[in-house]
Amino acid sequence: MSEELKTTPLHALHMELGGKMVPFAGYDMPVQYNLGILKEHLHTRESCGLFDVSHMGQALLKGENVQDAIETLTPSDIKGLDKDGIRYSLLMNDEGGIRDDFMVTNRGDYLYIVVNAACKDADFDHIQKSLPNHSLELLQDRALLALQGPKAADVLNRFAPGIDQVIFMNLVEADIAGIPCLVSRSGYTGEDGYEISVANDQCEKLARTLLAEDEVEAIGLGARDSLRLEVGLCLYGSDIDTTTSPIEGSLNWAVGKRRRLEGGFPGHDVVIKHLEDGISRKRVGIKPLGRAPARAHTEIADQDGNIIGEITSGGFGPSYGGPVAMGYVTKEFAKVGTEINLIVRGKLVPAQIEKLPFVPQRYFKG
Amino acid sequence: MTVKYTEDHEWLLIEDKIVTVGITEYAQNALGDIVFVEVPEAGTEYDQGDDAAVVESVKAASEIYAPITGEVTEGNPALADAPALVNSSPEGDGWFFKMTIGDADELEKLMSEAEYKDFCAGLD
Repeated sequence: MSEELKTTPLHALHMELGGKMVPFAGYDMPVQYNLGILKEHLHTRESCGLFDVSHMGQALLKGENVQDAIETLTPSDIKGLDKDGIRYSLLMNDEGGIRDDFMVTNRGDYLYIVVNAACKDADFDHIQKSLPNHSLELLQDRALLALQGPKAADVLNRFAPGIDQVIFMNLVEADIAGIPCLVSRSGYTGEDGYEISVANDQCEKLARTLLAEDEVEAIGLGARDSLRLEVGLCLYGSDIDTTTSPIEGSLNWAVGKRRRLEGGFPGHDVVIKHLEDGISRKRVGIKPLGRAPARAHTEIADQDGNIIGEITSGGFGPSYGGPVAMGYVTKEFAKVGTEINLIVRGKLVPAQIEKLPFVPQRYFKG
Repeated sequence: MTVKYTEDHEWLLIEDKIVTVGITEYAQNALGDIVFVEVPEAGTEYDQGDDAAVVESVKAASEIYAPITGEVTEGNPALADAPALVNSSPEGDGWFFKMTIGDADELEKLMSEAEYKDFCAGLD
């Protein structure tokens, strides 16, 4: 079984660090190290964590007017993105659903994109088929590390002076400890930090260099999940998917203002209909009022026991200090403060609609 | 005073007519950081193998089964506010519940400490 799983260039290092390996999106990945998920989570919020996210798909999209081209697949305003600006974007289907969420960096005459591991083959296939006059160059020789937390900038600045001045959602080419890297001031933990694209054969050297700093601990996928959940970020395949529109998914901000007017992306009609006529269900934050966490697929009921939705991500928020969740409820129950019930192991557990994020996002905006 | 073990990584401390039930060091280590425990109320009757308690780690929820047939005499009241006791003291203060012995034959079929050690060694 494990022979069939793919590995990242850091696999041997994960084993050496005591990583508990689990299958994730076809890769053998560390869900945690010896610290455990709880401490890894808290360490990232307090100091700095290093994550291996090399399983994600990196590619360059090249060709004439490439910003116009990608806009035919996504509702994001990519043409309005400054050079080396990064945008969270959505790959749409014709029904207004979301094929994947991904990051787009405008490199001027080409785009650097990063997609989810579980979707990468389908995404790349879709982009190539949809844009036959453009070329998609897969960066299979590159790994991806995320350095996240309030100390990330201090740490990285020791090896790449000045990198602490890069603004959130911008990319620079920089040498880190002499290793050429593509460094994005971005991440998926809600903390300040960087995502670093590096050649496969230099990845372990870079990881060891960063891990040797006092502030830095290796962090597994378990804490990555609880960190993103606390700050209200979506996990593709759970919180958003091909059946949820960006509006139902509360991702209105990912649909550019110009794009709403001009259209030209798959599912524009559905998005506009959802914006103008309203939606029947909406992604919201959910706070279970007891101590029991409510997991994904937990049913949500109103005060009379009628089913009004389902949790899509849920667990314990270590920094929040209690259970946290998000999910979809019918629109009339979506208002913050609305009292609802969760059906946990056959019992009704009181909960309420809560504002997202549960823990404030802390990005470096200059 | 005897301690027996199940293949579900529960321990049973047998004292006269009452057993105390908890999960083993192996189990707490596999579960990871425990954030919520729900224990049964006194008076609840179980057949062997029934769902009796719930333990939630940061990772996932797991059921704890009644290791034998019997009636719960006490749930550990400390776990509601201090679920992490299961991590720090799984075979001590982190016990789950006490129950009567409905069928003494069921105890005979459980593993001894030495047998459980071999069982765990075979899992790694």
